[in-house]
Amino acid sequence: MKLKSLFAVAALAAGSSAVQAQDLNITVTNLTQAIYFTPLITAAHTADNQMFSTGSAASTQLQAMAEGGDISGLSTLLTGVNADINENPAGGLLAPAMSTSFMLTNSENNDYLSLTAMILPSNDGFVGLDSWMIPEEAGTYTIYLNAYDAGTEANNELVVEGSGAPGVAGIPAAPGGDAGTGGTGVTSSEGNTMVHIHRGNLGDDNLSGGSSDLTNNVHRWLNPVAKITVVVM
Amino acid sequence: MSIYNIKGLAPLALVTLLSACGGSDNDIDNDGVIDTPAPMPVEMSYEVTVTNLTYAQPLSPLAVVLHGDSALWTVGEMASTPLEILAEGGDNSELIAMESILASVSGEAAVGPGASTTLTVTTTDEMATHLSIVSMLVNTNDAFTGLTAMDLSSLTVDNPQTWTLGVYDAGTEANSELAGTIPGPADGGTGYIAERDDVDFVAMHPGVVTMDDGLSTSVLTQAHRFDNPAIKLTITRKQ
Repeated sequence: MKLKSLFAVAALAAGSSAVQAQDLNITVTNLTQAIYFTPLITAAHTADNQMFSTGSAASTQLQAMAEGGDISGLSTLLTGVNADINENPAGGLLAPAMSTSFMLTNSENNDYLSLTAMILPSNDGFVGLDSWMIPEEAGTYTIYLNAYDAGTEANNELVVEGSGAPGVAGIPAAPGGDAGTGGTGVTSSEGNTMVHIHRGNLGDDNLSGGSSDLTNNVHRWLNPVAKITVVVM
Repeated sequence: MSIYNIKGLAPLALVTLLSACGGSDNDIDNDGVIDTPAPMPVEMSYEVTVTNLTYAQPLSPLAVVLHGDSALWTVGEMASTPLEILAEGGDNSELIAMESILASVSGEAAVGPGASTTLTVTTTDEMATHLSIVSMLVNTNDAFTGLTAMDLSSLTVDNPQTWTLGVYDAGTEANSELAGTIPGPADGGTGYIAERDDVDFVAMHPGVVTMDDGLSTSVLTQAHRFDNPAIKLTITRKQ
């Protein structure tokens, strides 16, 4: 913080205004082989308006995004705090290994960039960027993102129609059409109710039974799961 | 010690060269035309060191290649056949032989877990502006690691840059982990086959499952599991 203020003073002294709108050209790449991202929400916001925070309980709005891909609650929250928002740049799902690009202009004091989207198939997994400080210097910046678990639903790994609603256990969809059925459930409890790094899908090798409806050599992932390139104009 | 000596001598050699050139640069011949001597070819040399960070995934002989501004692979795009051959079987010869490759060096042997290897690639070709390095994790179906289209203009002499790098999946062979499909010592199976029975695009690798974690038909064991990053890479421009 001290460094930043010093830098701002130096910039002002040099006759340039550091605190002003910046145009950001943002590209998000899904790095996974078989995991889909639901509609992304990206926001530039002030330091005290995080979309999520590891080690803290998820807001109900974050829960709705992580369990069902519904970003309307987060959008309303962010609008209420004058964030600059981009929603659903891919026009639906961002498929494995695909990219989407969009422009975002941040207004004064919205110095931090965050992004979330649910990852499918998962119970309450999401890809996230939390409060990346937007550089004042023009240039191209690359950030790799991890998968998080909202901590709001047991990772039973069962595909259940309608389970995108908060509080309904299950994976709402496997967009690749490659999930099994008849699983007994990997677990029925969620011991860590704080937002944490997702431990990954387990899956099994039985499409019509076993504990999971997911396939262990298809639906797993390793971090990072996404890459963001931000061009600060 | 010997490196230090060579560095010490280099400026002297340069001065000698420059003064030798200077003698003829501005000569006016009898015909009155100013000579334009051909520019001295500038030799560029890059030292690449890779450390294998995995527990039990030997790396196939490294391919270190110089080329223009184009990537050898891109997430979301189909793997080229030379990349498929490397990623499925560890054979880097086709990749090194690609027309776009302007200079190259290949490792002589696999790099075992915990081991490091250093290779140097040298060129005078001004078009060799980017570097790629690639190697297969041999106890997998089609996993590879590396860095592609690294812009060499960001390197200054003797200022090493270091990366830790993750694992890609070529997307050209399903991750069946079946006996007979994995070329490394875990199996001794077949490497490259032309058929593509997977997603047919490059992505980050989801990891191996193994027989110890629920894939009963896998020939791999818990020991072959890996996580990102898989290698540490250091590139130093030497001249």
